[in-house]
Amino acid sequence: MEYRDVWILAEHEQGELKLVSFELLKRGRALADKRDCQLVAVLLGRDFQDGELQRLFRYGADKVIVAKDPVFEHFLPEPYCSALRFLVRKHQPEILIASATTTGRTVAPAVAVQCHTGLTADCTELDIEESTGNLIQTRPSIGGNILATIKTPDRRPQMATVRPHSNKPLAPDEKKTGEILYEEIPGEFLQSRIRRVEFRLNSEEGGNIQDAEIIVAGGKGFKKDENFKMLHKLAALLSGTVGATRDAVDLGWAGYPQQIGLSGKTVSPKFYLAAGISGSVQHLAGIKTAENIAAINNDPDAQIFQVADYGIAADIFEVLPILNEKLNAYRQTQARPEEK
Amino acid sequence: MKKAHPPGIRGVAVLADTGGKRTANQGKTVRIIVPVKQVPETSNVKMDPVTGTMIRDGVEPIVNPLDLYAIEAAVQLREKYGGEVIALSMGPAKARLALKEAIAMGCDDGILLSHKAFAGADTWATSYVLAQAILQMGNFDLILCGERATDGDTGQVGPGIAAWLDIPFTTYISAIREVNSETLRIERMVETGYEILDIQRPCLLTVVKEINFPRLPTLDGKLRARDCDLKILGPEEINARPEYLGLKGSPTRVVKISTPQVARRGKIVAPKDERELESAVDGLMDFLKQKEIL
Repeated sequence: MEYRDVWILAEHEQGELKLVSFELLKRGRALADKRDCQLVAVLLGRDFQDGELQRLFRYGADKVIVAKDPVFEHFLPEPYCSALRFLVRKHQPEILIASATTTGRTVAPAVAVQCHTGLTADCTELDIEESTGNLIQTRPSIGGNILATIKTPDRRPQMATVRPHSNKPLAPDEKKTGEILYEEIPGEFLQSRIRRVEFRLNSEEGGNIQDAEIIVAGGKGFKKDENFKMLHKLAALLSGTVGATRDAVDLGWAGYPQQIGLSGKTVSPKFYLAAGISGSVQHLAGIKTAENIAAINNDPDAQIFQVADYGIAADIFEVLPILNEKLNAYRQTQARPEEK
Repeated sequence: MKKAHPPGIRGVAVLADTGGKRTANQGKTVRIIVPVKQVPETSNVKMDPVTGTMIRDGVEPIVNPLDLYAIEAAVQLREKYGGEVIALSMGPAKARLALKEAIAMGCDDGILLSHKAFAGADTWATSYVLAQAILQMGNFDLILCGERATDGDTGQVGPGIAAWLDIPFTTYISAIREVNSETLRIERMVETGYEILDIQRPCLLTVVKEINFPRLPTLDGKLRARDCDLKILGPEEINARPEYLGLKGSPTRVVKISTPQVARRGKIVAPKDERELESAVDGLMDFLKQKEIL
């Protein structure tokens, strides 16, 4: 049997598909078109509504493979890896891509080892090499200082994880539909030596920073904890989430889940405001895929200005109060348009 | 004697067919293995603007900063339950400095896997060598890894080792709450919150920064590190398959390295007085409206 088709590992929460699944479909669609093969979404879970599965077709899938079992209700590494391996062995996809989420980055390396194949982490670009049909995988490395292009020439499937939010989903095609294949996973692939006891939802305001469309982040420039709180007000006005540099987290002004950069999270929001951030190599590595970046820093030579689309070289303590005031005023005009 | 590689219980080629029942070092003490990596100090990385390569002169090799959290977690467990912590690294001869630092932080011993046959390994071949070495190290309760290395930034070696050994594993651990005779209760940090999990021993965990505050090496530790003789092992000592090693054994190939275009043609204003400050902020407001952020 020949290796054929492009697979994406779709992710969901309690049967509801996550944004990253649709992002992967766009990546997968481009690859499947170039390889002239089918795009298959693989989904493991307890149960799914048909309407939810149909969304996968509208966003690009030709076929959906679903494995349903109570053990898949929440993510557990072993049954997820075993089931995926079982499906890969059975159907032999040529390419398998997952999102570089906590789930994807856990499942993919174990499956790659078990299938004796190569895996490239956290890719920002995927393409097909015309002469060979090989998957060309591009990823930032060494703190985002270089871009490495990587191939898996002789092993199949070619596996990659893709940086979440590094692309937008396709526009949905309301008429598109496809085949749903329900797969039974044999019992020996469903064992788990881990048991989920409970789950504690993040209570932090604004929620998960990697999903945020707007991030206002602060660094050492805030000088002290009380000052850093200014950012929360700004975040509220912009309907954004607060992020922080490693320095700010180490000083206790923000929690580790809010840390952006090489030793924290990589983010790709629509807008990133860097306030009082000098822009270390590690921090810049975490924001390079942001769509728009604005920076405020009193040092005109700060590195952060090299990546900024709009920069104000001035003291944050002078700029932020004015910005707050103007945003406030703008919000009020927006709230009552009829009173113009 | 070469080790055979029989298929594991679930039809996958793993290193040892343990039937999922690899014995933990039962009882109260814990035997912990911490794989560490030596990396360049990336905070000071300078790129050559012409060649696009890293300027390695004056770049200090350090212990991967995220491995320090795994070392600290291991040492804390040993302090609480007794036992032993062994650091393990694959790398060039100078990577022994990374192991010495691990010992200075409290690890009991270090093993260096160093041989020209290991060079150029990707994460698949690296996890193979580390797993194969661990197989020769006797029973253990826990393998603790950093979340990822700050140079390659993949986070693939930890889960890879667990897959080779066919032991339970999980990632992004922010707390080890309890060590029980057969299980560990742990907290896993995911995008939306924290999973509380029970995992069977022996197992592999990768830990995140949130788990602790790594200690600095002590004088006593530094003296111990200076005086200790590290074991250096090659492919034969760990019964490795030659065809799985180094660049030759790696499924992936780096075909091109380029320098990313980081510079944006942004507008930077430097206001000199209050009026200019005002208009600078107006400019930012216009930028937000134009980009449909407001």
